[in-house]
Amino acid sequence: MMRLPAIMGAAVAVLMLSACASFPTTEKQVAASEPQAPQLDIQSWQTDQGAKVMFVQSDALPMLDIRLVMAAGSSQDDGLPGVASLTSALIGQGAEALSVDDIARGFEDRGASFSSSSYRDMGIISLRTLSAAEYRQPVVALFNQVIGSPSFPEEALDRLRTRAMQGLRMEQQVPGPQVSKAFMSTVFADHPYGQPSEGTMESLPKIQRQQLVDFYNTYYAAGNTVIAMVGDLSRSEAEEIAAQISAALPAGPAAPELPRAEALSERKREHIHFPSAQTHILLGNQATWRGNPDHVALHVGNQILGGGGFASILTDEVRQKRGYVYGIGSGFSAMAAGGPFQVQFKTANENADEALTLTLDLIDTFVEDGPSQAQLEQARANILGSFALSTADNSDIIGQLGAIGFYGLPLDYLQWFNRQVRQVTVEDIRDAFRRTLDVDDLAIVSIGPEAPQVLEDQDNENGGEKDADSGE
Amino acid sequence: MRQLMVALAAILWSLTARAELPTHAFTLDNGLKVLIREDHRAPVVTVMVWFKAGSIDEAPYETGLAHVLEHMMFKGTERLGPGDFSKLVARYGGSDNAFTSYDYTAYFQQYEASRLPLALELEAERLGNLKIDDDEFYRELQVVLEERRTRTDDNPNALAWEKFQAVARPGTGYAHPIIGWRSLLAQLQPEQARSWYDRFYVPGNATLVVAGDVTRDQVEPLVRRFFSDLPAGTTPPRPIQTVNPAAGERRLDLAMAVQVPALYMLYNVPSLVTAEQKQDFYALTMLAGVLDGGMSARIETDLVRGEKLVAGAGAGYSGIQRGDGTFTLTATPNPGVTLEQVEQALREQIKTLQTTLPSEDEMARVRAGVLASQVFEKDSVMGQAMELGMLSTLGLDIELAEQFEEQLGKVTAEDVQRVARQWLIPERLAVAHVVPAQEEEQ
Repeated sequence: MMRLPAIMGAAVAVLMLSACASFPTTEKQVAASEPQAPQLDIQSWQTDQGAKVMFVQSDALPMLDIRLVMAAGSSQDDGLPGVASLTSALIGQGAEALSVDDIARGFEDRGASFSSSSYRDMGIISLRTLSAAEYRQPVVALFNQVIGSPSFPEEALDRLRTRAMQGLRMEQQVPGPQVSKAFMSTVFADHPYGQPSEGTMESLPKIQRQQLVDFYNTYYAAGNTVIAMVGDLSRSEAEEIAAQISAALPAGPAAPELPRAEALSERKREHIHFPSAQTHILLGNQATWRGNPDHVALHVGNQILGGGGFASILTDEVRQKRGYVYGIGSGFSAMAAGGPFQVQFKTANENADEALTLTLDLIDTFVEDGPSQAQLEQARANILGSFALSTADNSDIIGQLGAIGFYGLPLDYLQWFNRQVRQVTVEDIRDAFRRTLDVDDLAIVSIGPEAPQVLEDQDNENGGEKDADSGE
Repeated sequence: MRQLMVALAAILWSLTARAELPTHAFTLDNGLKVLIREDHRAPVVTVMVWFKAGSIDEAPYETGLAHVLEHMMFKGTERLGPGDFSKLVARYGGSDNAFTSYDYTAYFQQYEASRLPLALELEAERLGNLKIDDDEFYRELQVVLEERRTRTDDNPNALAWEKFQAVARPGTGYAHPIIGWRSLLAQLQPEQARSWYDRFYVPGNATLVVAGDVTRDQVEPLVRRFFSDLPAGTTPPRPIQTVNPAAGERRLDLAMAVQVPALYMLYNVPSLVTAEQKQDFYALTMLAGVLDGGMSARIETDLVRGEKLVAGAGAGYSGIQRGDGTFTLTATPNPGVTLEQVEQALREQIKTLQTTLPSEDEMARVRAGVLASQVFEKDSVMGQAMELGMLSTLGLDIELAEQFEEQLGKVTAEDVQRVARQWLIPERLAVAHVVPAQEEEQ
């Protein structure tokens, strides 16, 4: 009963389309018009110190975004979680003779905003300023000082360490962050991706100023940096700014690549006991990486399975048809040296067993049978049709530039991706999913009053209060 | 510094003028207000429909109804089955969602620009022909109860905030949570949703916003084709809800399943809608900027970095509301610091504003931030549609943003001191201390 054979899925899709033939009346017209897919005119070059520059000129608004992306994420923490995160947090807290107050006023007097953040692969430094020279020049000069000569004051380290530890305590109050960390450590074990990016109550007190200085000198080096810029600048102005940034950063090469993470070859289960009203459940495994030849097939397939919001199988079955969850989704997050496939949802404790069993079943069916042709066409139309939205504003574009530059993708990557999406077949998707995922190996990581159970056979279950729902 | 700022402001004037984007407004015979913002940078369009109906319009026994109706707007019409709406949007590359607030409920679709006709036809269909099926209603109510568990029931700070609001905004529709009190939410009936829809979802109570790579000539005929035939209906009355006269000082001690204590303070102050003197809105906006307009403002400089009392703190003025506004201070103390100490320090900050004029540098910095953000905000088409829809729904001038700079420029240090003395007073203040409950379950 819980299985959703592909044939039935196709029948549903066809019924829906025929029902829509009369309404909406505009559908035919819209379907006939090919969505525009504007080309990003990306200019790229290397600085003398080896930084890769990615630039898109856009004079529609008098503003400039600069984003530095370094291989300076927590995957470089080297056994002491939190070093990358604190290094990032201390950029902007002091530089040469400038105090944190000077820096804050220097940006804010001119309406500019500066921020730094760090993730598993990346350390990111962002600046947004008005592009008129009167603003841009002093702001960029300050930016170069801040990123090029950070002073890592002990006072700031203590203060931000305390803040980070208060943050960790607050995470213990709610279920979500705890189960997310448990998922990464269960799936990635001893690989650097398994370590918590923001550090732990044990690791944070051990971190010394000198470790931040060393981390900065190694990983914030020009040769380890992508400089992305979008805004109202000429090419020669962009070249000048990139050269200044690159010269301000420490000299040094790109960081060596991490070893590729390995997938679990049998199911691991992890449960955290917590007195919550909902049980949060994460299912997944190491599944992909940047450069995976199956990337497009997995992406399109995931759109159908659980990445496409209300149009996806998981939302339709688990939320729309049964009301078990507010949100459910799946995704492949490709990073440099690995990337999990992950399905996540939360449900009232009394529904946890049914929702878990159903979700595993839906994944299993999808991996075994693949999508129907109708499902593929729907997903393809969605992805190609939404392309214009992914590069619509400067914020979108700077994000794309950062990723394309950081992962060494070709400058026409977005066009290449669209061509691949047009070509991918149901067989490609099915084969890629079969190669990549085995439902029996998916880790099940959860938090709640009780560990959820996978029900052996739905029909034999005495579901009690849930009978009313499953009768639909 | 002051001289520099004046010069920079003059340059900015010309910059924002260059970035100006045409806006068109008209109203259909049935009362539907239509706003169009042309922004031709990228081939995308955002379509939003805003309704003058939010959780403040709910009677005390039906809390959560505005939000449940929002969910039902995706569950079928006379010509669309449950879920078809979002499936059609996805098929044509769009994304759609909706949000319910205290003051309004709004729906949006975002697409590549050629999808405009579909977006408008779909919105007209659910404005005119929603069908609320009993079974679908009860199933969706389960989804909303899950949403409440996620957002509130499993988050002790969110639970504390909900209890605090009940005390901080007495006698108004803002005192109950948008998602509804749990027990009342669970008792909602399909009949209530139908009557809510009939009452509030009429053209005269709505604003349609279309923003992006479109022209009025493209949009207007489509709007007329799909929306003109919808019957006008009756626009429901909406009283303005204020906390006037002042409610008196209120204190709340909450023992919750938290590990880190928290402090909440809220003053009932005028909004742009309720202020007798509109200048108070701009002065309170400047005051909030002086306290917490960035890393260089007083809270970060004095409390986070100077005295190191708090791991985090914030101050904010919510002055764009249909009822009275709020001036809110929140803080998370550092280990070893008590909530009493933090409260004292924040009260000192307020007292300083009442007794000492803010410096010209501080005032200029707040203005610079506002001026720049006006340029930055134009980067997002969705953001522009949001601004237009919200202002129109609150009955405010849709060109407000353009006057914002000029009005803020008129605010003097004396004005900031005056509003601090007039509005940030104990009779208008509610305070909550949130502390860890006795360890029992941990």
